[in-house]
Amino acid sequence: MKRDNEASGIVKNVACILAIPITVFGLYVILHGHLTPGGGFVGGAVMATLIALFLVSFRKDMIKGGMKKSFSLSETLGLLAFISLAFLGISATFFHNFLANTDLFFGTIVPFGSNPGYLGTGGTAPLMNIAIGLEVFSGLSLIVLLMAYYKPGGEGND
Amino acid sequence: MLLAAVLFVHPLGKPPRTEMDDYFILNGQAQTGCNNIVTSVVFDYRGMDTFGEATILFAAVAGIFMVLGEKNEKGQ
Repeated sequence: MKRDNEASGIVKNVACILAIPITVFGLYVILHGHLTPGGGFVGGAVMATLIALFLVSFRKDMIKGGMKKSFSLSETLGLLAFISLAFLGISATFFHNFLANTDLFFGTIVPFGSNPGYLGTGGTAPLMNIAIGLEVFSGLSLIVLLMAYYKPGGEGND
Repeated sequence: MLLAAVLFVHPLGKPPRTEMDDYFILNGQAQTGCNNIVTSVVFDYRGMDTFGEATILFAAVAGIFMVLGEKNEKGQ
């Protein structure tokens, strides 16, 4: 069958080279979501392209292993972290930013106006960015993996 | 009717009310500590909306898992 064909060595090597910049850029977009344009959704989508790229180049190796299970687990964890972060501020309102401007974790008081951008600001927003990034990354990767594994008809599903 | 709508459409880029925009722009950075106003709106002021988006994504993945996920023994 055609889908069992392996990609050529060029594709594999370029995928391995591109893996590092894609990961770094995705993590940068997620972690700096409260300072620069981007955020959890965008960064998660960027990192999901890594899974798609690896799926194209290393199809046989990607089929093994329980990736579906771990991705659905991490997606659920991301959504649960988001909801629990929202509930933690319930003393004021749902989605109250209880960490901002408190000098605690991620609570550095930000100087008003233009500033160089400090990573430890933003309260719950960066944590929610991480949670949403995890969820979007796992969700989109899961969609790609499921569509790649699907074989129409009942003959010999993996 | 359409002609009247075209004639009386209000100018692009000039919203009729700007109180909420001004509030976000002036107070967003001080209140949430995010340099990115969009993030402060999306994850703080309108967090419920983001929650809905995340839930929709989760539901979409769950639906795709249901349709394509497990082995279907009858061959569907």
